[in-house]
Amino acid sequence: MSGYYQGLLILVCINIIAVLGVSILTGFTRLFSFGNAGFMSIGAYTAAILSSNFHVPFLLSILAGAVLAAFIAFLLGKLTLNLQGDYFLIATLGFGESVRVLFNYIVPVTGGAQGFSGISVIPGNQLLTVAIITIVCIAIAWNIISSKFGRNIMAIREDEMAARAVGINTATYKNFAFTTSGFFAGIAGGLWAHYFTFISPLMFNLDKSAEMTIVVVIGGLGSLTGSIIASILVTVLPEILRAASEYRMLAYGIAVVLIINLWPSGLMGYKEFSFSWFRTLWVSTKTLVRKIGAK
Amino acid sequence: MFLQQLINGISVGGIYAMISIGYALIYSLLGFSNWAHGDVAMIGAYIGFLFFATAKLPFPIALIIAIVGAGLLSLLNERIAYRRIRKNNSPTMFLMIAAMGVSIILQNFITVTVGPKFLTYPDVVPVSTFKIGTLHIGVLDALSLVVVLLSIILLIYLLNKTRFGLAIKACASNIAVASVLGINVDAYVMLVFFLAGSYAGLAGVLLGLKYTVYPQLGNVSLKAFIASVFGGLGSVPGAIIGGLFIGIMEGMITAFVSPGLRDIFTFSFLIIILLIRPSGLFGKNVSQKA
Repeated sequence: MSGYYQGLLILVCINIIAVLGVSILTGFTRLFSFGNAGFMSIGAYTAAILSSNFHVPFLLSILAGAVLAAFIAFLLGKLTLNLQGDYFLIATLGFGESVRVLFNYIVPVTGGAQGFSGISVIPGNQLLTVAIITIVCIAIAWNIISSKFGRNIMAIREDEMAARAVGINTATYKNFAFTTSGFFAGIAGGLWAHYFTFISPLMFNLDKSAEMTIVVVIGGLGSLTGSIIASILVTVLPEILRAASEYRMLAYGIAVVLIINLWPSGLMGYKEFSFSWFRTLWVSTKTLVRKIGAK
Repeated sequence: MFLQQLINGISVGGIYAMISIGYALIYSLLGFSNWAHGDVAMIGAYIGFLFFATAKLPFPIALIIAIVGAGLLSLLNERIAYRRIRKNNSPTMFLMIAAMGVSIILQNFITVTVGPKFLTYPDVVPVSTFKIGTLHIGVLDALSLVVVLLSIILLIYLLNKTRFGLAIKACASNIAVASVLGINVDAYVMLVFFLAGSYAGLAGVLLGLKYTVYPQLGNVSLKAFIASVFGGLGSVPGAIIGGLFIGIMEGMITAFVSPGLRDIFTFSFLIIILLIRPSGLFGKNVSQKA
């Protein structure tokens, strides 16, 4: 497989991991965040500093980055999750931008705006390693969604007050969702650093945070598969349409406005991929054919 | 030195205030932060540039065209991108996502048509300063300060002394009841977007004159947004005070601490506001009981 396609697949995997976290946060708990790129940045820089300056093995540095990002998410969540939706969004936005500006400033640690280069490459077969990590992450996310945690955060999403009345500790579970999104973003950031071998604070800006949230909306709020599919689409389509790359972002913006206006439930709405989906498709096709035949 | 920085800060702050006012107006009516607002200002700057620098029209005419054009753009935004979501009763978060999309569209539309190069306005007023005592004030800064002041006075008059303003305040208070009482809410929403857009257009031209014109000009609106949060989302006086405050604070930090730390201070300030008093100076109490 040529280097180009390999690179594209690795990028797809990294974006999927980051979006998994945002999907749990936004799709399943209805907490919108424009700051998750900040967690990616923390994960990326931590992993880079650990593996370059302290020669920590690859997997360990990725994990450390993710844990740090998750911890900071936990602290931030404790401080801000009692704010209403709009204000929580603003807080996450402020956080994401603060991380970017801070990393720009502390030049001795992060290299500042020049970036941090010379990060060691992903060991072994890059694509295989990243793919395995991605599959593990998807499995973890799926497990979370199908577990008690998943049901609780979905209850919070549907009606927070009712959830509280039933005895769910909303503050704990909301922060759990937020911390998890930080963890996944941290892993994605660490992988990003070791794939591109160069990171700069600008890579993890408001646009990236917004992109992750938009991807979840496009895929369907409440569907893990939707988020994965949308993430693949949003990463791959610009490459396919590379010839019209100037118009790529323009088309992306138009797509966002169209989708949020016309199909707000996104690609898959609340549904996940399952075999019953095929059966429903089959049944509806049969009904449609029968109706046309009867006319 | 302090007074000098104060003057500089007020000058920039006035421009922030003009954009914050737009945020406040739209938030007070529809309950969401219109991310595309800063890009409306950017388009205003480009329109002004087009008619002043390229078509060589007299500056006042180009300015008026820019103001009206930006207002119309903002109105179109509402009509095309936001209205259906509003009518659907979708969560207000969807409006924000639509706003993000519009912001991307506007920035990239300019990038693919006009190009990403920085453009400079030809000089409208002589680039000189005049002295008041020991203070130096740029002619441009002084003029833009006067313009901003007049616009704000006009807005305050509009909102408080006219029926138009009364209707807007009614809609801001409770849009459903206002509609029941016979106010044509859709029309007023469009008018408010036009008003907000025209102020943004004016701010855009002033920014273009002061600095340069480029597609990402709208990013300055993030500061204006923070100003609006500080003043209290939805409050016009709060927006004005917030804009001035942020402008002055940034000027002070840049001069007395370090230019590199300026943005960190502004964003930390935002987080501190949200932790201590998220409703800002004049907003409503917004903490959930948790």
